[in-house]
Amino acid sequence: MTEDIMKLSSLELDALKEVGNVGAGNAATALSQIINRKIDMTVPQVAILPLGEVPDVVGGPEIMVAGVFLRVFGPAPSSILFLLPRDSAFLLVDMLMGRERGLTDHLDSMDESALLEIGNILAGAYLNALSFFTKFTLLPSIPALAIDMAGAILSVILSQLGQMGDHALVIETEFSTEGDGGVKGHFFLIPDPGSLGTILAAIGVKE
Amino acid sequence: MAELIKVGMADYKVGRDPASLISYGLGSCVGIAVFDPVTKVGGLAHIMLPDSNQARSTDNPAKFADTCLPLMLDDLLKMGAVKSRLLAKIAGGAQMFTFANATDIMRVGERNSEAVRMMLKKLDLRLIAEDCGGNYGRTVELKLDNGVFRVKTIDKGEKEL
Repeated sequence: MTEDIMKLSSLELDALKEVGNVGAGNAATALSQIINRKIDMTVPQVAILPLGEVPDVVGGPEIMVAGVFLRVFGPAPSSILFLLPRDSAFLLVDMLMGRERGLTDHLDSMDESALLEIGNILAGAYLNALSFFTKFTLLPSIPALAIDMAGAILSVILSQLGQMGDHALVIETEFSTEGDGGVKGHFFLIPDPGSLGTILAAIGVKE
Repeated sequence: MAELIKVGMADYKVGRDPASLISYGLGSCVGIAVFDPVTKVGGLAHIMLPDSNQARSTDNPAKFADTCLPLMLDDLLKMGAVKSRLLAKIAGGAQMFTFANATDIMRVGERNSEAVRMMLKKLDLRLIAEDCGGNYGRTVELKLDNGVFRVKTIDKGEKEL
């Protein structure tokens, strides 16, 4: 099933936003428990963007970020991307490893495993919400990590969407820990082109 | 300062000396620089996918290696470039994430570079330098005063092709 994402109704977009809200809420709660800090998150944005403009969401294609990427398997294949500015990733590793703040300036293999595991947990929490709404069994792949320019990391997902069209539907939630200079990041759920209709039909809002 | 022309993802731009053409954060995408050293006219493309024939949507020909290059070549010739003098340099085509069972989706970078090389050959354009592959992103800049193609990375330094 292929659908024209430019023609989604406001009801359909709102439903996707709600899925994003609960999904990112679950993920933020999980993260908050792991690092023992309160996490603030914004209302999710459901944006339909020209492919080339997606990197602007996180501050431009050359911004240095850490990205944990997972594929979602099941009736509605999707991609999940958990993106943090590089400094935030280092700070998160400080918290996870119980190090003094600001001590991490590169990631060793243990740090990388910790970030991957965080990605695993967050994706699981996010997918729980999506499974709840759709009644689908959705399974995440093993996560993969890259620390690089945002444009380069996003290109992996965007090129996939590019097979089908020139726009991406992105369910994006920004989160941050309390206080200045905390950990900031973005959750992205990017349904594969055919998956959007499947999700909307399962939620019962497909028009 | 010379004008800096930005080339977005799935786009191409042409220009002439003293401008520079720049494209930020290439991952699996490939940057294709084509330059005429005499007229100092050049173009930079940032393609996302190898082949328009396998895609559902072909509204934007600049997205694909096979449809972007002929368009850019046409524009360069219109600006006074001479085909036999044109020199091509390419960079990008990385595999950003490694999975145990890498599917075709994950190998898009490699397929992109292959498609670009093939298309350059088909159009009879000389490929004189390349920096493709790896698992890291690149920012590329084509300087139209001298044809230098600068490739910047985060951890692997900077090089000039």
